[in-house]
Amino acid sequence: MKNNWPLWEVFVRSKNGLEHRHFGSLHAADAEMALENARDVYTRRNEGVSIWVVESKHITASNPENSEELFDPAQDKVYRHPTFYTLPDEVKHM
Amino acid sequence: MKNENKIQYIYGIADNALILGQRLSELCGHGPNLETDIAMTNMALDLLGQTRSYYQYVAQLSGDDKTEDDIAFLRSERQYKNVLLVEQPNRHFGYVITRQFFYDVFHLLLLQELQNSSDETLSAIAKKGIKEVSYHQRFSSDWIKRLGDGTEESHQKVQEAIDDLWRFTDELFHMTDDDDMALQDNIGVNTIALKERYVQMVKEVFDEATLTIPETKWFQKGGKQGVHSEHMGYLLSDLQYMQRAYPNMKW
Repeated sequence: MKNNWPLWEVFVRSKNGLEHRHFGSLHAADAEMALENARDVYTRRNEGVSIWVVESKHITASNPENSEELFDPAQDKVYRHPTFYTLPDEVKHM
Repeated sequence: MKNENKIQYIYGIADNALILGQRLSELCGHGPNLETDIAMTNMALDLLGQTRSYYQYVAQLSGDDKTEDDIAFLRSERQYKNVLLVEQPNRHFGYVITRQFFYDVFHLLLLQELQNSSDETLSAIAKKGIKEVSYHQRFSSDWIKRLGDGTEESHQKVQEAIDDLWRFTDELFHMTDDDDMALQDNIGVNTIALKERYVQMVKEVFDEATLTIPETKWFQKGGKQGVHSEHMGYLLSDLQYMQRAYPNMKW
């Protein structure tokens, strides 16, 4: 049974105002079943207020072999972080 | 209505949740796959949670030092008032889903009425339960449609389950003397009046699932009077084992 079911990725919004975050994956025959399964597998301890599911095959992932060219050049460019000036005390939540 | 009669009325509702919850619990770790296994175990926990609320209320009504555990684990077979449907054993997945579906539709209709009970505790338990049971009914209805309108084999298996279990559905609507008393005091629900809607709801799902209600005129009954099928003793020996072997044990 399980072998026939495609894999789905589950995204859950834990609170209103927060973004959906990736929670994990599961098997389901179609989108409706994926939503129900996600509800049972990932939100039964009050983890969420909204669920997205997307079939895993629709996700395009970066290739780990390309990591060097994709990510390494960013390592020595700390100046891209906005940390080189002092914040006034009045500015909160930064 | 006397407390003793009210307690019997509550058993008539609560014991269904306990016994069906026990049947579903037996499947924990044995579902057809991880997702369905968790879903059924969730339903079992919902039902056991509802059972606890009812039994805590019974313990309070009975006025002695009885606890919810005594009520759940230390009655004899004839003292359980669940319908025969919920004690029927787990066979294949389609059978479990059919049993669940037949009970869920009734359970939802029952709680929708019970929330108007003049008894505040029962009304509150019903209101809380409706959310859970709405989901159970959605889950089992979806699966009935999938299996009925699925492959030739799944259709055949679920239709066989329906043909086997339909004869237990009429008992859901029978009124015991305690049910009549509860109804007179506006505490209880007139289950006879739920039957038409029940058959209609079942039929709607079956139509979509290309399944049919068997044309039998013969129905099983007895559970509501405490006269159970041969399966009940085995179920209770599992359910009661710990409390009988280690009296007064607590989790």
